[in-house]
Amino acid sequence: MDDNNKPGPLRSRPTLRELAYFGGVSLVLLVSLAIAPAKNYFSDWRHYQKSYLKIAAERQSGTLVRSFHGGIRQTWIAKLGVVDRCESCHVNMNGALVGATAQPFRKHPPIPHEIDQFGCVTCHRGQGPATSVEEAHYTTEAWEQPLLPAKYLESGCGQCHLGPLEGAPKLSEGRNLLSSMGCVHCHNVSQPDGNQLTPGDNPPPLTHIAEKTSREWIYAWIKNPQAYAASASMPNFLLNDQDAADISAFLMAQSTPSAASKVKIKPVAAASPSGADAATEATTLYGASFCSSCHAVQNEAGNLVGGNFGPELTRVGNKVNPDWLRRWLNNPAAYHPDTRMPHYRMDDKQVALLSTFLLAKKDNDLLANVHLSPSTADSVAHGKKLVTEAGCAACHQINGVNPPQNFAPDLTRVGSRALAQVVFAPGMKHNLPDYIAAKIHDPRSFGPGLKMPKFTLTDSQTDALATALLAQTDRAATYPKELIISGARPSNYHPGGDAGKLMDDLRCLSCHAINGNGGDMAPDLTWEGSAVQRAWLEEFLKNPNTLRPALIRRMPKFNLNPREIKTLADYISVAYQGPGFDSQTLDTHSLNADSAARGKQLFYSKYGCQSCHIADYKNDKGYVGPALTSVGTRLTPVWTYKWLKDPNALRAGTLMPNFGLKDEEARDLTAFLMTLKAKQGGGK
Amino acid sequence: MKRLGLLIFAAALLLAGCRHSSPQTPKPAAYGTQITEVSGGKQLAQVGSPLPQPLVLQVNGADGNPVTGALVTFHGDGVQFTPAQALTDSSGQVTVEAQLGYNPGDYQVTAETPKSGGGAASMSLREIALGYEQTVGRMLNDKYCIRCHDPESTPERVSNLDNLSPAPHQFTDGATLNRISDADLTNMIAHGGPALNKSPQMPAYGATLKPAEIKAMLSYIRTIADPPYQTPGVKYGK
Repeated sequence: MDDNNKPGPLRSRPTLRELAYFGGVSLVLLVSLAIAPAKNYFSDWRHYQKSYLKIAAERQSGTLVRSFHGGIRQTWIAKLGVVDRCESCHVNMNGALVGATAQPFRKHPPIPHEIDQFGCVTCHRGQGPATSVEEAHYTTEAWEQPLLPAKYLESGCGQCHLGPLEGAPKLSEGRNLLSSMGCVHCHNVSQPDGNQLTPGDNPPPLTHIAEKTSREWIYAWIKNPQAYAASASMPNFLLNDQDAADISAFLMAQSTPSAASKVKIKPVAAASPSGADAATEATTLYGASFCSSCHAVQNEAGNLVGGNFGPELTRVGNKVNPDWLRRWLNNPAAYHPDTRMPHYRMDDKQVALLSTFLLAKKDNDLLANVHLSPSTADSVAHGKKLVTEAGCAACHQINGVNPPQNFAPDLTRVGSRALAQVVFAPGMKHNLPDYIAAKIHDPRSFGPGLKMPKFTLTDSQTDALATALLAQTDRAATYPKELIISGARPSNYHPGGDAGKLMDDLRCLSCHAINGNGGDMAPDLTWEGSAVQRAWLEEFLKNPNTLRPALIRRMPKFNLNPREIKTLADYISVAYQGPGFDSQTLDTHSLNADSAARGKQLFYSKYGCQSCHIADYKNDKGYVGPALTSVGTRLTPVWTYKWLKDPNALRAGTLMPNFGLKDEEARDLTAFLMTLKAKQGGGK
Repeated sequence: MKRLGLLIFAAALLLAGCRHSSPQTPKPAAYGTQITEVSGGKQLAQVGSPLPQPLVLQVNGADGNPVTGALVTFHGDGVQFTPAQALTDSSGQVTVEAQLGYNPGDYQVTAETPKSGGGAASMSLREIALGYEQTVGRMLNDKYCIRCHDPESTPERVSNLDNLSPAPHQFTDGATLNRISDADLTNMIAHGGPALNKSPQMPAYGATLKPAEIKAMLSYIRTIADPPYQTPGVKYGK
């Protein structure tokens, strides 16, 4: 300090006090100037790089130490908007330092992308350019999107992969739920390629509801749908008693007669069988019609048995009017033109049996305590107001209420929503994933006046939905087109002509896909005409006994008449032909007895086909694949040959592996399989 | 000197305050001598995800009967428990949810209950987290392999294991599979059983699966092996 103590040229000699101040200020200045380099010197990344080198040196790995390039390491990918410095601390991402398990030195687990082509924040979020642990990972004042919790990581994949993605089950499940739970009735969710998610549920129209059910049931249902059916996807609107009563009054009041109501049905007594025999017969009919392929019933142990394609039937007797049920079983489309339920051609006796069987499925306590005061003009008007406000018409068709437009917030960019725009519930953590998950789990926890109803979801379903929504980012919308991988979209194919009408009546497309349109419950029929023999097809349509006894979901028997069977078989065998199923691919004359003998050898010895298939009921036991005991009457030789050569090319996603057969092996196997004929023409 | 004393006093107060604000430990009403698993061990979950089923443990007394009101504390590197501490219910059991951490692989979960005379009884469970590669492997397993390699039958998926002779190995069978090298397992998946002089009933998947998928399958098999698979070669600590 004494060095500064020199006389100034302009002033008289400074006092000691002035000098002390001057010295103090200089010191502060020096220290503050030193802060920046010191901060740099003591930065997190330098610390970690030193530790890394120390571990490498301890392992006496000279090459690792020599090849290490210190300093800030940055990945810059302009087209993705990525500036990442994560590798400044995470220096061992490639795993050169073997066996390091503690962060930040852990090796990145294998993923299908190169890190230097996509960066880190693309999937993990967080702040790429930050160079301190705190700023890179957590919510700070300057940065509100912290690192994404691991359970939502698949949302990163979903920014480019817009369809179902193998290896990202949560994302795929979440997208399915957005569609199947009907979220997208109210919320718009558009993807970067312009595809808008569409609802996958099929909410019934309420325009004729008075025919179907009672006001008491409507009241109980809208109060708590899951009390009626645990698997119901209808959410709970948490209505009070008065509001629920008024809504039920309005729904009954707006109902008009349906086309089905004009159909004459026989009085119950005339056709109604009774007694133990009838009950057995009805149970058999329920089984033979494969109702449980689509509908579930809770068994005595409390487990749901059956499919979830149609509504649960555990307490259906509490819900439906007997006359409505008989008309419905007679022809569902007369009541609900867009139903997915096929038109079974049941006779009066079958309808009576099945309706009696279904009506017995009831819980006497369900509606025991529902006593509604008669509806008045006021209650109907109030009910209509509530129905309009709650947006019921977004899902259900209702007389006098138009479907609301832009009813709920658009979720197209919800994965990048700024936290400043988010209203958090009291006591919750201020970050986006938690907000989205909480909003899905219990929307009304954000305030009693909010409209969004409470859905019945498991925790893992909530996580899956949050994952799918977190994929809807701003970032994804700016990605170059070539990175975006669109999902398959259904075509608008519908079969034409008389057969088309028949197939529509039978709702074939509810379960089977044809030319890119239809369900995935049953085999794709696009090339069915090339696959199966005409005689077998007719026999199968007459009496569809299953090829796979182990399956629960099976083709029901529709009681088709001979003319209908001929129409369908004609159409399928002519219209649904695939390319290259001709004599050039396989000369059927080469399928002789020698060839078949060689094929049998291949079947049993070289390829062990009997481990999954049964060619002979006496010796073979495998039933992963269909039984082949009558395959020679079922499949065409050329389909069999092409199938053996490359099953996945004929039916994507089949379990049958591609054995890489040589041409002559496939030919010999085909020859053998064609010798496996049914005992008496077709069928079994 | 007085000031220093005051400072220390203030610091002590602050520390005491901090301790109070930490989550309260439930007070045990009883003590057991032994803790056992009821269910929840050896589950699979994706990284960072909750285990599909909760962990259920039971505390027994010296007489072998369940103890109500015993304190059970859960630990596990990277594992989050809700709640991390709980008292046993009237049947002597505690049920907690567990969420695994960011890394694929094994997680060791330890449950501890204090004994009346001091010390503690404890037990460990193994849980397995699946990363991307193992998740792909599991999906392939569930599609192609499970029908023959898993004895469990459901109405939707009847097991074919009993129909095969020799019976296929379950993928959890570490005692057998851990002794087969990566190269041999890869060959068996790609070229079928005969590639290693094994049963032709194991088909070749080399033309069906991509090499990356076979690698994913291998990774899945190694991850779920019981006893756990040890990577051959140099082992380092942290």
